[in-house]
Amino acid sequence: MLKITDLVKRYGGGDPVLKNLDLTIEGESVVSIIGSSGAGKSTLLRCINRLVEPTSGSVELNGVELTRLRGRSLRAARRKIGMVFQGFNLVDRLTVMENVQSGRLGYISTWAAVTRRYPKEDIRRAYELMERVGIAHYANTRADQLSGGERQRVGVVRALMQGPDILLADEPTASLDPKTSEQIMGLLRDLAGELKLPVLINIHNVAEAKEYTDRIVGMRYGRIIFDDKPAALDQTAMDEIYSGSPHADRSEPMREAS
Amino acid sequence: MSETRDTWHRPPFIANPILRWAVYLGAIVYFGWVAFTLPIDWNRVVEGIERAGRIFGGAFPPSFARSGLLIDGFLESLKIAVLATAGGVVLSIPIAFMAARNIAPLPIFYLGRSLIIVARSFHPVIVAIIFVKAVGFGPFAGVLTLIVYSIGFVAKMLAERIEEIDFGQVEAMRAAGAPYFSTLIYAIFPQIMPRQIGLTIYQLDSNLRASAVVGIVGAGGIGATLANAFGRYDYDFALAITIVIVAVILLSEGVSGMIRKRIQ
Amino acid sequence: MSSISEQFGRDEWSRHTPKQKFRRWGTMAACAAVIAWALGSIEVVWPWVWGAPAQMGDLFGRMYPPDATNLGVILKVLWDTVNIATFATAFAVILSLPVAYLAAQNTTPNRATLWIGRLILVTSRSVNTIIWALLFVAIFGPGVVAGIVAIMFRSVGFIGKLLGEAIEEIDKRPVEALEATGASRFKVIVYAIVPQVMPTFWAVSILRWDINLRESTVLGLVGAGGIGIILQGAIDTFNWPEAATVLLAILALVILGEIISAFLRRRIL
Repeated sequence: MLKITDLVKRYGGGDPVLKNLDLTIEGESVVSIIGSSGAGKSTLLRCINRLVEPTSGSVELNGVELTRLRGRSLRAARRKIGMVFQGFNLVDRLTVMENVQSGRLGYISTWAAVTRRYPKEDIRRAYELMERVGIAHYANTRADQLSGGERQRVGVVRALMQGPDILLADEPTASLDPKTSEQIMGLLRDLAGELKLPVLINIHNVAEAKEYTDRIVGMRYGRIIFDDKPAALDQTAMDEIYSGSPHADRSEPMREAS
Repeated sequence: MSETRDTWHRPPFIANPILRWAVYLGAIVYFGWVAFTLPIDWNRVVEGIERAGRIFGGAFPPSFARSGLLIDGFLESLKIAVLATAGGVVLSIPIAFMAARNIAPLPIFYLGRSLIIVARSFHPVIVAIIFVKAVGFGPFAGVLTLIVYSIGFVAKMLAERIEEIDFGQVEAMRAAGAPYFSTLIYAIFPQIMPRQIGLTIYQLDSNLRASAVVGIVGAGGIGATLANAFGRYDYDFALAITIVIVAVILLSEGVSGMIRKRIQ
Repeated sequence: MSSISEQFGRDEWSRHTPKQKFRRWGTMAACAAVIAWALGSIEVVWPWVWGAPAQMGDLFGRMYPPDATNLGVILKVLWDTVNIATFATAFAVILSLPVAYLAAQNTTPNRATLWIGRLILVTSRSVNTIIWALLFVAIFGPGVVAGIVAIMFRSVGFIGKLLGEAIEEIDKRPVEALEATGASRFKVIVYAIVPQVMPTFWAVSILRWDINLRESTVLGLVGAGGIGIILQGAIDTFNWPEAATVLLAILALVILGEIISAFLRRRIL
């Protein structure tokens, strides 16, 4: 269970990007976060695995408080949080297998990592997952030879190799064409069910959010203003999420939150 | 999915196994064999460690007592660099035209290219000792050396630029009935001038660096002063010279980079 | 009926505004002044200058025909020269890795290490190989060790600087992704940074080997081993035909080196 309480993130001395935000994700649900650019979706996701340092508040994953971890214990916590990126973030010059196994780097010894002698069960797991998403035949291909959809599948398998307790996906389909994008969303939904994994997806495309996720969280300029089943997302809610200017909203006193 | 593979090997860098092992084995044999056969006197090397202590002991603190000599040496290096750059850049223009495939007839093209290859292949220090033997010790040998050095670089880069020019402009001038030299001045020079100015400034910087070295074999400038200081075991003065050389090189690199950025 | 020239009434045109003209002429005058100063004050015996073409002609005349009686020895020492360049490049490549790591802003542990890295690079780069060779001949005595160490000291700065810049220019997104998997700093470097700088690493190493081949031909002139010693010997004894052979051998070596490095670059990249 992921429990975010009173989370604030402020870059430099400016207005906060996240304002006293609360969010709880239970069980194996697929949750999407929608909102216009600059609403703080990406910052929220990165505050969970601390790629971005939250200013204050608490993020708790299965009873472990993440915001105060450092060094080794932070890395141990990050192993349990898989992340899929908009730009895939693969290492282009490595093979697909090496990219996939890089999800296990937190677990294996440095020697095994440098010499590429991965544990047998990791290799078996990698082939299973690659088979599942349809890229097993690419194991020895360099990542930059693949198409966008294939690259994102590698990204997903890399995250799953971590054996995560939760999967974060930051605009996983924004760099893909519509058809591939649907395939990736379907894959994320199906994998969540098969692996009993909660998935938190930032997404621009509201239609995809409605179709592939169980719950939609609407953000507007650092606050959650909608949180319900996809069916409840009507035109009024949409207007509210996608209206307003960041400036007007930020300079407003934080009355909704208080 | 019961029979999923559980082994994986990274595809090797060289796919052909025979070639791969040949390369590995070749590298090991080469380095091993050469390491044993290089004429190295290890006792001498071990002695060197304590000698290094003595040299550095003698070098600290650096002595600027003879700063007159230092400044004279530097001014001479600067003069060598300036004259060599001027001479080299002027000479490199005709040679670059000779070595440009799109302008020169084939025999002249080969002649131009060979000149550039010879000028580039010999390290300035080798060129310097030959000039020192031919025209005597002193800065004149240095200037000649660095002219050759400048031609090697400037003519090569300029020839490449000339090969890339837009020939349409030349045709337009010819169509307007312009004589040969007008064509040169109106259609070709404007296209190569910016590159030539950038190259000149870069080469001045390079020549200043190189002028510190050619002096070591007798071609004038600060290098001669440095070699003398080393020869007379004046390590404190040698260190002072080296420090100043480094400072001047950094300064000239900075200035030349700044000017080139402003021009382009 | 008025002609065009009457209508527009201007018959003067100049390409540059007066200010631009002033700056152009000023720059040219300054250049001319600097050259005049250099020409006027350089300590040159002018009669020697006028005699130079004749002297050069005489010298090349005495070089012809090249004398190949000592070719065996020359080729042997030429091989030593190649070995000096290759060994020095290999050592320099290994040494430059940690230096590049320290001197790249995005990998260096802290500001102090950044400055240490940059200091090493600047010192190494600004002192010419020949000057390093003078120092190491004084330390280790004449011979190939001084030559190898001298070339190595100069190359570390060159390779380290280019490699450090390559590290600073990498795509940061894979680094972020691997940090998010909980990998340690070292593993992130091995998986996300090393593969990205590999092409630059090879290109720079080959380029430096090519340069070092040239530099190793002159080490002998200050006693640091290689073909330069034979050249110096031939010149000192006025054995010009042999000097010509050595020069031709050097030319062949350098051209061969350029061909080999071009071939390797094509194969590897």
